[in-house]
Amino acid sequence: MLHKTTNNQQPTTNNQRKFLKLSGLEPLIITPESNFINVGERTNVAGSKKFLRLIKEEKFDEALAIARHQVEGGAQIIDINMDDGLIDGKESMVRFMNLIAAEPDIARVPIMIDSSKWEIIEAGLQVAQGKCVVNSISLKEGEAQFIEQAKKIKMYGAAVIIMAFDEVGQADNYERRIEIAKRSYKILVDDVHFPSEDIIFDLNIFPVATGMDEHKRNAIDFIEATRWVRTNLPNVSVSGGVSNVSFSFRGNNAVREAMHSVFLYHAIKAGMNIGIVNPTMLEVYDEIPKDLLEHVEDVILDRREDATERLLTFAETVVTSAKEHKVDLSWREKSLQERITHALVKGLDEYILEDVEEARLQASQPIEVIEVNLMKGMNVVGDLFGSGKMFLPQVVKSARVMKKAVAYLLPYIEAEKNGVSQSNGKILLATVKGDVHDIGKNIVGVVLACNNYDIIDLGVMVPPEKIIETAKAEQVSAIGLSGLITPSLDEMVYLAKEMERQNFEVPLLIGGATTSKAHTAVKIDPQYKNAVVHVHDASRAVTVVGDLLNAKTNKQYVFDIKADYVKVRDGFLNRSKRKEYLTLELARNNKFKIDWNATKIEAPNYLGTQVIEDFDLSKLVDYIDWSPFFRTWELHGRYPEILTDEVVGKEATNLFSDAKLLLAKILDENLLTAKAVFGIFPANAAEDDIEVYTDSTRQEVNVKFVTLRQQLKKKEGIPSIALADFIAPKESTIEDYIGAFCVSTGFGTAELAAEFEKDHDDYNSIMIKALADRLAEAFAEYLHEKVRKEHWGYAVSEDLTNADLIKENYKGIRPAPGYPACPDHTEKLTLWELLSVKETIGVELTDSLAMWPAASVSGYYFGNEQAKYFGVGKITEDQVKDFAVRKNMSLDEAKKWLNPNLAEN
Amino acid sequence: MSTIEEEIKKRILVLDGAMGTMIQQYNFSEEDYRGEQFKDFHLSVKGNNDMLSLTQPEAIKEIHRKYLEAGADIIETNTFSGTTIAMADYEMEDFVYEINYQSAKIAKEAAQEFTAKNPNKPRFVAGSIGPTNRTASMSPDVNDPGYRAVTFNDLRVAYKQQAEALLDGGADLLLVETVFDTLNAKAALFAIEEIKEERNIDIPIMVSGTITDASGRTLSGQTAEAFLISVSHIPMLSVGFNCALGANQLTPHLEVLAQKSKIRISAHPNAGLPNAFGEYDETPDQMASQIKTYLDKRLVNIIGGCCGTTPAHIKAIADLVKDYKPRLVDGC
Repeated sequence: MLHKTTNNQQPTTNNQRKFLKLSGLEPLIITPESNFINVGERTNVAGSKKFLRLIKEEKFDEALAIARHQVEGGAQIIDINMDDGLIDGKESMVRFMNLIAAEPDIARVPIMIDSSKWEIIEAGLQVAQGKCVVNSISLKEGEAQFIEQAKKIKMYGAAVIIMAFDEVGQADNYERRIEIAKRSYKILVDDVHFPSEDIIFDLNIFPVATGMDEHKRNAIDFIEATRWVRTNLPNVSVSGGVSNVSFSFRGNNAVREAMHSVFLYHAIKAGMNIGIVNPTMLEVYDEIPKDLLEHVEDVILDRREDATERLLTFAETVVTSAKEHKVDLSWREKSLQERITHALVKGLDEYILEDVEEARLQASQPIEVIEVNLMKGMNVVGDLFGSGKMFLPQVVKSARVMKKAVAYLLPYIEAEKNGVSQSNGKILLATVKGDVHDIGKNIVGVVLACNNYDIIDLGVMVPPEKIIETAKAEQVSAIGLSGLITPSLDEMVYLAKEMERQNFEVPLLIGGATTSKAHTAVKIDPQYKNAVVHVHDASRAVTVVGDLLNAKTNKQYVFDIKADYVKVRDGFLNRSKRKEYLTLELARNNKFKIDWNATKIEAPNYLGTQVIEDFDLSKLVDYIDWSPFFRTWELHGRYPEILTDEVVGKEATNLFSDAKLLLAKILDENLLTAKAVFGIFPANAAEDDIEVYTDSTRQEVNVKFVTLRQQLKKKEGIPSIALADFIAPKESTIEDYIGAFCVSTGFGTAELAAEFEKDHDDYNSIMIKALADRLAEAFAEYLHEKVRKEHWGYAVSEDLTNADLIKENYKGIRPAPGYPACPDHTEKLTLWELLSVKETIGVELTDSLAMWPAASVSGYYFGNEQAKYFGVGKITEDQVKDFAVRKNMSLDEAKKWLNPNLAEN
Repeated sequence: MSTIEEEIKKRILVLDGAMGTMIQQYNFSEEDYRGEQFKDFHLSVKGNNDMLSLTQPEAIKEIHRKYLEAGADIIETNTFSGTTIAMADYEMEDFVYEINYQSAKIAKEAAQEFTAKNPNKPRFVAGSIGPTNRTASMSPDVNDPGYRAVTFNDLRVAYKQQAEALLDGGADLLLVETVFDTLNAKAALFAIEEIKEERNIDIPIMVSGTITDASGRTLSGQTAEAFLISVSHIPMLSVGFNCALGANQLTPHLEVLAQKSKIRISAHPNAGLPNAFGEYDETPDQMASQIKTYLDKRLVNIIGGCCGTTPAHIKAIADLVKDYKPRLVDGC
């Protein structure tokens, strides 16, 4: 946003010989060529009510998320302030900074330790390995203290902000600012030998347009003093908190945003190079309406006697027009191209056919409308998305408009028979054999299509032969594979081998929830000598494909990626060597011990299997955990806070209201069907197996669940857990029970999605799948509660809110095969047998044991109050052999299914 | 005798090699470690190499002499773990001052013998200050990332005691080395600054970080340049890297330091990467041929060896560097 106003032409370049260098995990060096350095300000209890609340309530995770957001949003330094009467500032500073140190994506930037209390500053300096900025010290309490603190700061190795403040008071005019800056500089450089490049002056930004005459020159004096300081005090920087300047216009953001931009524009030119600026409270200087700009500049630069009155009067109209903005159709007045671009950027489809028709009549050939008008608009979308100014849901909406426009034009184009549009290349996408999850793949398809790639989407459960065959026949430029469940990883490895064997040369892209850079580097990349790239999220797909298909630079790119993967691979193999494992026998001796004689086991109210057909979906709405829904759309944050998040809040709110709309439609028109089958059975543990008995006599074993045990060596006293530990052992003769369930809300999803796709509406096609997934999880949560309170009835008096449920604050667990506590997918076969899932509710298992429909959840119920979620982690050969025997399968087959969990030898 | 500041302007200085590798060759038993002074000590002490300066001083001095004979200009005291923090495992906190003092004294005596023999090649003693076995900016408990097993102040106090004892025993300079967590190093540097101010003396300081793996970062996650920036507030005789990697793998990181700083640069790499049995098997010639790259590129002012290096390695290096010029730093 500020790129237009770099401080290249500042007057101080010649004096600048030494540069301010700071560090987190990575360096930050501020040179005359650097753009304005933006300091993140949201981790400041004085500036953010939300942050203060989180610190007070010790919700440090969420407080960290704010810091992370700042860095992701482009903050190059983060300011941390814990000065509040109701919290222990020193303790909070230390704790928060220690937590940040454990988050490499935050800790990469330097920290600004912000406090008016020296003890808090010093405590902060003692926990930072990088070079921080102290914010701030001043001559307020006299020279002796100033010198002492500056010396300490030098010994800790930090830069420092000097407030324009002395024994007399705060500098509030041009002369006083210079006087104090000059004096501070002299003491620091001459007496303390403080490096001049580590000095940053805060020359006090005060409000203008307050109605008081003595405030009129507040902004211009700051700007002029900045110019003086940067010209006369070698190597220093100038910083300040910008929002102060517009304080008298609180409540009128349009005016405030303009004031901030105007102030910064001039201050940066004068040499201000660091600042605390809220990026969402900033208008682009060039986009401030001319009349508003003039009024604001009059005030900031004190150009007219009556500047304040004039801006106040003008501000009234700005407020009103802002309110009317909601149904702003003024864009309809603009040129045809601008209208088309606007519709694409904003995702508005109401007028697109009208505009496209107009464009078609003007064009010499209909294809031109796509190649010129629409592509121009989509390029704008691509640029905004690439630079983080648009978010995924917006882009998917843009694509919807694009597709509608293209569909309208196609008949005309075909009528002219003048060939098809020149695309950037054909990309084949497929969810691999045995896997049914396709939301991420579809998003990638849409995003790539927006960027003028032809997408050949083979759908889900695509066998490798079909992928190979299609890739050859269509001469695709790249192949993208997606998968969510762990067996899909092996399918990807297999496909890479096949591509190598058949001398393919096109790049292979890997994506999906269980894929990772490490797995790609270690397992897939070595199989194929051409490019293999792990695409972490959909937004990366465009740049990755662009780089791969760029004939000029792709060789270097592929070379770099390959080299990077070699590094990852070596690092991984070296690391995994160091892990120590217990033998299965030792791990069993170290099992999770429950004192069965002291444990009360509630006999279930109902034994045996029950089926729910066509459950009322509206009962599930309150059970939905929305946070993963936003993650599906690559909007990161926790619900409901995400709706007010400063970066993605607006988009999250839009997305949420669209989701609610579709959800209401689903409920009103019964578009999806929810079914469940579940049961509770007599059971006992036999070593690591759980025997499920045909009846209460416990004479005959109906099925046997085979659980896996942790083997990674742990600290003394920490048990090596298997799920079987949560069920009373057979030899104890205590009567215990286990539950099992499968729920699905996916019936109808595929049809609905196809319906939307027919209408070129990828947005809602993806939405329906994402909603069905959420409903399935909600159903599982709902049913678990019913089981706890009624069917099993061990927690009759439980009274938990939805938030408690999401946090899993209840007694007992419902682990699902394929997830960390029981990573073995083949257990689903046993569940299916026990509950007759396919026969009763029609949920099926694919070759890779994914559930179909995809929006399904299955698992076990453990009722013991000590039962908890855990991850099995890596296991060693002895357990795999033992497992194969217990499962009655060959060792090779066992290894295939447990592959992601095998410890490296 | 000329000072190290003067010598370093003239030529590439050679630092010694591994102490631990040399001690291993003596195959000391528990009794040897204990010596007379600790014969009734309540814990097993075998493996506590630093205490050998008290119980086997002649062996330590002999090792120093071998390195001096090989051509080392700077020898490191046998005090890598000589802090109350690192000695806590052996419950030998009370002997930390003595260990450091005696270690410096032994090294100084050996260095003086060689300086006396050839005054044109003065020898110096670097007080070795290791990273301790705790990290101030990382949690040892994965479930509690905010936890710290040691604080800045704990480290500052411990390092101060070690540095004072090393200086009292005759160390000419201090070497803050194998820095895996920059915050630990900053605490050591803070303590040394305090001593400088209290005693009103200047102390030449070498700082040497450790890049732990191919990621090119320290254990605590910093890039080479971020590490450099984080310690640059203290005047240093040299900054550099040691340990973890062999000479070849260290090259790109030294290049970063060379490009980004105007400070003299040191390197003391391992004798290659450990093999599957944790042993270093790079020969002196192999190592020297890699170090030749540093010299061709004029990357270093001080060069020596870390884990797995022996007097033979140092001799090969010393023979090699004679013909090369040191890295140029502004003004000389």
